[in-house]
Amino acid sequence: MRSIIRNFRIQGSYRQAIAYAVLWSAPLIFLSIFYFYPLGSIIKTSFERADAGFASSFFEALRSESVREILWFTIWQAALSTLLTLAIGLPGAYLLARYEFRGKTLLRALSGVAFVLPTLVVAAAFYALLGPQGWINLVAMRIFGLSAAPIHLTNTIYAILLAHIFYNTTIVLRMVGDFWSHIDPHLNQAARTLGANRLESFRKITLPLIGPAIISAALLIFIFSFTSFGVILILGGPRFATLEVEIYFQTISLFNLPLAAALSLIQLGCTLAMTIIYTRLSNRLTRPLKLQASRISQKRLTTWKSRIFAGVIIFILLTLLVAPLLALLTRSFVRLEPGRGQRVTESPGLTLDFYRELSINRRSSLFYVPPTTAIGISLGYAFTTVILALAIGLPAAWALARHSDRSLNKFLDPVLMLPLGTSAVTLGLGFIIALNRPPLDLRASPILVPIAHTLVAFPFVVRSLTPSLRSIQPRLRHAAAMLGASPAYVFQRVDLPLIGRALLVAAIFAFTISLGEFGATALISRPEYPTIPLMIYRFISQPGSINYGQALALSSILMLVTAAGLVAIERFRIADVGEF
Amino acid sequence: MFRSNLKKVTLLVAVCLFFSACNAGNDQGTAVQTSAQASPKEAPTLTVMTHDSFSISEQVMNAFTEASGIEVRFLKSGDTGTAVNKAVLAKDKPLADVFYGVDNTFLSRALEEGIFETYKSPLLTDIPDHFELDPQNGALPVDFGDVCLNFDKAYFAENNLPPPQNLEDLLQPQYKGLLVVENPATSSPGLAFLLATIGHFGESGYLDYWQGLVENNLLVVNDWEVAYNQEFSRAGGTRPIVVSYGSSPPFEVIFSETPIDEPPTEAVVSDGACFRQIEFVGILNGTQNRDLAEEWIDFMLSPTFQEDIPLQMFVFPVNKNTKLDETFEEYLAVPENPAFVNPEDISSKRETWIRDWTEVVLR
Repeated sequence: MRSIIRNFRIQGSYRQAIAYAVLWSAPLIFLSIFYFYPLGSIIKTSFERADAGFASSFFEALRSESVREILWFTIWQAALSTLLTLAIGLPGAYLLARYEFRGKTLLRALSGVAFVLPTLVVAAAFYALLGPQGWINLVAMRIFGLSAAPIHLTNTIYAILLAHIFYNTTIVLRMVGDFWSHIDPHLNQAARTLGANRLESFRKITLPLIGPAIISAALLIFIFSFTSFGVILILGGPRFATLEVEIYFQTISLFNLPLAAALSLIQLGCTLAMTIIYTRLSNRLTRPLKLQASRISQKRLTTWKSRIFAGVIIFILLTLLVAPLLALLTRSFVRLEPGRGQRVTESPGLTLDFYRELSINRRSSLFYVPPTTAIGISLGYAFTTVILALAIGLPAAWALARHSDRSLNKFLDPVLMLPLGTSAVTLGLGFIIALNRPPLDLRASPILVPIAHTLVAFPFVVRSLTPSLRSIQPRLRHAAAMLGASPAYVFQRVDLPLIGRALLVAAIFAFTISLGEFGATALISRPEYPTIPLMIYRFISQPGSINYGQALALSSILMLVTAAGLVAIERFRIADVGEF
Repeated sequence: MFRSNLKKVTLLVAVCLFFSACNAGNDQGTAVQTSAQASPKEAPTLTVMTHDSFSISEQVMNAFTEASGIEVRFLKSGDTGTAVNKAVLAKDKPLADVFYGVDNTFLSRALEEGIFETYKSPLLTDIPDHFELDPQNGALPVDFGDVCLNFDKAYFAENNLPPPQNLEDLLQPQYKGLLVVENPATSSPGLAFLLATIGHFGESGYLDYWQGLVENNLLVVNDWEVAYNQEFSRAGGTRPIVVSYGSSPPFEVIFSETPIDEPPTEAVVSDGACFRQIEFVGILNGTQNRDLAEEWIDFMLSPTFQEDIPLQMFVFPVNKNTKLDETFEEYLAVPENPAFVNPEDISSKRETWIRDWTEVVLR
């Protein structure tokens, strides 16, 4: 009898090991070919170009005063950006998690739109709102009778922080909000009944429960701000530089590849360190939970107190996240000439010229692409990215969550975040060196675009899924298995419904990341198949008001396409928790 | 319930497969088909690598394809610096047959790395000698553009202020707080303007000049887009003088929303106030299509292509037999004596110059 049991166990663990290996195979093969191999190649080539060898350029970087300054700035601005984004995002996440109100889907979709906009366009929106001649300054000057603009935002650290909040708040709203909505509110009610005040109940009950989702979101925001490029360059101005900016400068402007490679490694090292801290915290915080259908946990805004709270939160979110979008949208319909500057404040005429002009190939350029085609191309890349990212992200998240006791996981978990901490220039050049032989001569293939997007989206997919997967009570699965369900059937009936929302969040991130990605796309895309951000950039970098107007019009189209896509994905519930 | 979800999933997967199939289909059709007659199997294909500002009109492309029977595939590879780096890193296994778009600020890097094969095109006789910066004829000049100060004419008229005539004027107190420039570390016109001051004031004098500009409340931004589309007074900003291109004023006329008779801006083209960026084309070392590459380069230097350049790429032809559009004849101010800096010096001293500039201007 005993030997039978042992035999069964061995067989079981053997089978589990195979399952574990199978789960990891797709993500690891993908990462090895499209991430580690190109990255390794470019770093090797770079150090070969160093006269005094690998170590010298590395130590040169570490010893350099200016590199240390840059590193310090990179770290503290990322930390501050993360804290501020959490401070703005968490009340919003609470609102979305606990209350049901009209326009909620729209609010959530709009908060995601920010994520896809190219920095140059966001800069244009910030200038329109807060620039020296922006609306807010003009109004302030009129009200207080000032002769000069009171707010100087551009080229300051505040512009950087504000832009990071603008871009990243949606991460908190989605990752924390969705997780929070499945936490049983009765726990808090019980605590309140037992005499805890609101704060205590939040600190002792809610915070530990939603902790894993918060630190997942915080990690992503930190790494995003840590590797920030466009925001720093365009809104921060020439006095600020992150490691990513310095890598670009050393690579492109000075062609100092050894130093650039050393800086890339330092950046990767920091990403790895952050992720290891995250993994430690996450393991300590995560426990199986009784997830509830959001239908049960949400209530309507019935009391005045809750209405005022909701009003304040929605007002803040709208001001920070939606006002810049509206500024852009408005400007794309306003004749910029002769009052292109607000210097001429006589009622500017409304126009559809910029939209009309988009579908005319006035210069009969060979590379002209009509806007409808560009939308199709962008959506094609985005859908491919969603499929690819989920196909490799789900098994990876699964292996991390279900086989959490395996020691290999401790090593692989942080490694998965590395693509997010990698400089786009470094990796783009890596593709050129590494993928140059059949069957992998992909250097000029359009498939590289969704592959690059998937590398960025993959960590998001994994981080969105693991908190939910980890919190599933193992006994639910055991019960299903005891009742005779096959593993596939258990997944279908137990896991899928429970992680449905998280899967949706993951898909949304992959979708928006692909729609908005610019840095890597510019390096590898084919001219015949430009994405919308590439076309916006093409217009905005040409003189003449009609070109600038077309950039704004195309940005508005990108916003609409994204918002429509997000609303559509939200409606498309694969298996909502509320449905089991 | 579950079945209806399954349907949705199937539908989504089908849609995605469709889109991926479209992408895969696109992959096979990468060669730009410019002529209906040219059968893709028989027509030889030439690959041309460029920066992302490259453009050509359909008619001119068709003219080449029909005359030569060659199909051309374009690979755009990011901005100028990125494209040059890609070509250098791929030199053992070139991505293309021809590279177009290296300018005189990156020329030395390309030449030192030996990415080009020598080709003495017969059309070089039609190109003035001062454009030919590579004596070995690996890199052949195609076009040029001048980086110059632009000013907002309306601002100076409204304020009864004479517009600046040259670089020295900018140090006068009446121009305090009026200038916006781009950072030479991050912007190509920014670097060009720094080179103009080095060419004009010399290596010993340019930093003093910049010190003066700083004292006159100069504004530095990282990109041309921000300088020209946001900070420039014509775009709604507060600075009526901006570092841009000599060609920007005529393009303001051509790409105006509503037809206008004269440009709202003007370029300062006095001696030594501008820096000339010259762009080059070359045959990539190791090409299997040397004959086709020569044919394409001859075409790029011929008047047919050269006349197409300004409206497509906002720069100007080097072939002296080219006729320009009349808008340019009327509004384009071409500096007679732009500042000059040797490409080798740009390559070897770029880092020092940028570092010293940063020290004076940004600290």
